[in-house]
Amino acid sequence: MFEDNFWQEILNITLLSLRVSGTAVLIGALIGIPVGALLGLKQFKGKRAVMRFADIMLKSIINTFMGLPPVFVGLIVYLLLTASGPLGWLGLLYTPTAMIITQLIMVVPIIIGVTMSAVGSVEKSIREKALSLGATETQAAWLVLKEARMGVLTSIIAAFGAAISEVGGIMITGGNIRWWTRTLTTAIVIETELGDFTMALTLGAILLSMAFIINLALTIVQLKEARR
Amino acid sequence: MPKVEVQNLSKEYAGRQVLKDMTFSVQSGELFVLVGPNGAGKTTLLRILDLLDEPTSGKILLDGEIVNYSAKNKAALRRKIGMVFQQTVLFNMSVFDNVAYPLKVRNESERNIEQMVKKTLELVQLNGFERKNALALSGGEAQRVAIAQALVIEPELLLLDEPTANLDPRNVSIVEEVLSYVNRERKTTIVMTTHNMFQAENLADRLAFLNEGKIELMGTFQEISGKLSGPVKSFARMENVFHGFSKITAEGTSIVDIGGGLQIEAAFNKVGNVTLHVPPEDIILSVRPLISSARNTFEGKITQISDMGHVVKLKVNVGANKNFTVQITKRSFNEMQLNIDSKVYIAFKASSVQIK
Repeated sequence: MFEDNFWQEILNITLLSLRVSGTAVLIGALIGIPVGALLGLKQFKGKRAVMRFADIMLKSIINTFMGLPPVFVGLIVYLLLTASGPLGWLGLLYTPTAMIITQLIMVVPIIIGVTMSAVGSVEKSIREKALSLGATETQAAWLVLKEARMGVLTSIIAAFGAAISEVGGIMITGGNIRWWTRTLTTAIVIETELGDFTMALTLGAILLSMAFIINLALTIVQLKEARR
Repeated sequence: MPKVEVQNLSKEYAGRQVLKDMTFSVQSGELFVLVGPNGAGKTTLLRILDLLDEPTSGKILLDGEIVNYSAKNKAALRRKIGMVFQQTVLFNMSVFDNVAYPLKVRNESERNIEQMVKKTLELVQLNGFERKNALALSGGEAQRVAIAQALVIEPELLLLDEPTANLDPRNVSIVEEVLSYVNRERKTTIVMTTHNMFQAENLADRLAFLNEGKIELMGTFQEISGKLSGPVKSFARMENVFHGFSKITAEGTSIVDIGGGLQIEAAFNKVGNVTLHVPPEDIILSVRPLISSARNTFEGKITQISDMGHVVKLKVNVGANKNFTVQITKRSFNEMQLNIDSKVYIAFKASSVQIK
C-alpha cells in the first residue's frame, strides 16, 4: 500500500539516528568512563575546607551539565560551526558529524556523572577490602572499577536513551535535511508540520520501541544490581 | 617474641578520642579476644592493626619491628595479615574467584591457587560452592567466604571483627571451629572482637575488656572473672544469666524454664540443663504492653537505676526473684520518665539469647 520509497526513507532515517547517537555514545564512553572512574576513585576526601568546596563545586557542575538543555548545546555548536564561526572553515554545519558533536557534548557529562557515582559508591568498602587482602593500590583500583561495571553499563544505556530521543540540538546543527541529516526525532517534527501523520506515527512507533528496549535493558541491569 | 605490640596507642577521629593510651601485646600463636560495648574502640583498634588507619600517637610493632606507614611497607606487612571485617564485603564474582583473589594479587601460580582455594573452602565447609556467585549467598555462607579469603594466604596474624555477630548458631559453631583449628594446627596468632562472652571464654587464651577507648582489664578468663565491675560487668555474663531446663518446640526453637513459672524462648535446639545470657543492649523496654515480633516479653518493675553516662542501666524485676538488666540510652530514659517502681514491659528476640 505504501510506495517503496516510504520504507526506504524510514530505513534511512532510522539508520542515521542509530549511527549519530551510537557514535556519540561510543566516543562519549571513551572519554567519560576514564574521567568518571578517575573522579570516583580520587574523591576529594580531605579534611580541609578547600577540598570539600572543590568536591561540592565539581559535583554541582557535573550535575548541571548532565541536564544540559539540548537546544542550548545545539545553539553553541551552531555558533562554532557556522561559516563565520571559529570552526566554520571545517565546513561541518548541517552534516551528521555536526550532529554527533552536539550529542557528544550532551552525553559525556551523563557518562561521567553516572560512572563517578557508581565507582564512588563501592570505592571505600571494596578498596579497603582489596588492600587488606594484600592488593596494591593499583590492583585495588582496578577491582573497584570491575565491581562498578553495572553502574558503568547503566551510564552508557542512559546516555544512549538521552541521545536517541533528543531533537532540539540536532535540529539546529544538522538542519533536518531529507536523506542526509534527518533523524527519527527531527523527521517526526517535520512530518507532523506537513500533516503526514502516517509517516510521523510510524517513526514514532520505531522511536518508542527503541525507548522500550533501552528501558528494558536498564531494568535488567538494575535488577541484577539490586540483588547485591 | 610477641607477634603484636601496641605501645601508648591513641587515636582521634573527628576530635573524639577513640583510643586512649593503650598498651598491650599479643604473643605468637595466641588467641586474643577483645570484648567491650559498641563504641569502645574495638573496630578502630583492629583497623589500626590491619594498617588501614594510622595511630594519632603511639606505635605498633609487628614481629618486633616498628610499623612504618609507607605504602610499600604496608603492602609487604599486609601480606602476612588476614582481616575479616564486621560488615561482610564480597566481590561480584564466583566464590572461587573471591577466595582466589588474595593469591592472584600475590602472583601465585594457577596450580597453587587451585589447591589452596580448594583446601580453604573445605576448611570453612563450603566445598561445592566454587561456582556460585558470592553475592547470592546467605549471611552465614558469605561470612565463611570472607573468612576463607583471609585464611587462604595462611596468614601469620588473623584479625576478625565480630566474626559471628548476626550468624545463626550453626554458622557460629562452624566459624568457632575454624578459628580454633587454625590457631591450634597452624599456630596462627588471632586477635578478634566479640560481644559474646561465652565465645570469649571458650576461645580466648587471654582477653581484654575495652571500654571508652581503654583497656579496663586483661588476662585469662579465670584471672579476671572475679575482678569485673561497672560497665564491663554485663559483658562478662554477670548479668542476665539464667539457668534452666531446655525443651525443643515444634518450630525448632527451645523453651527454657528458668523457674518461677518464667520461660525464655531461644533460637537453638537443645534438650537438658543450660545456662543462658541475654545481652542487656538487646532488650527493648516499653512503658506499654509490646506488640512485636520478639518471642520473649515480660512485665516487670524497675528496682534499680544506674547512670553510666550516655546510657542508663535499669534492673527490672519480672517476678519470682528474677531480674533483667536492660540498657537504654539516656535520651530514651528521659523521654520515658522512668522511676524506681515504674511498671515496664521488656522484650527480646529468641535469637538474642546466648547459650553456654
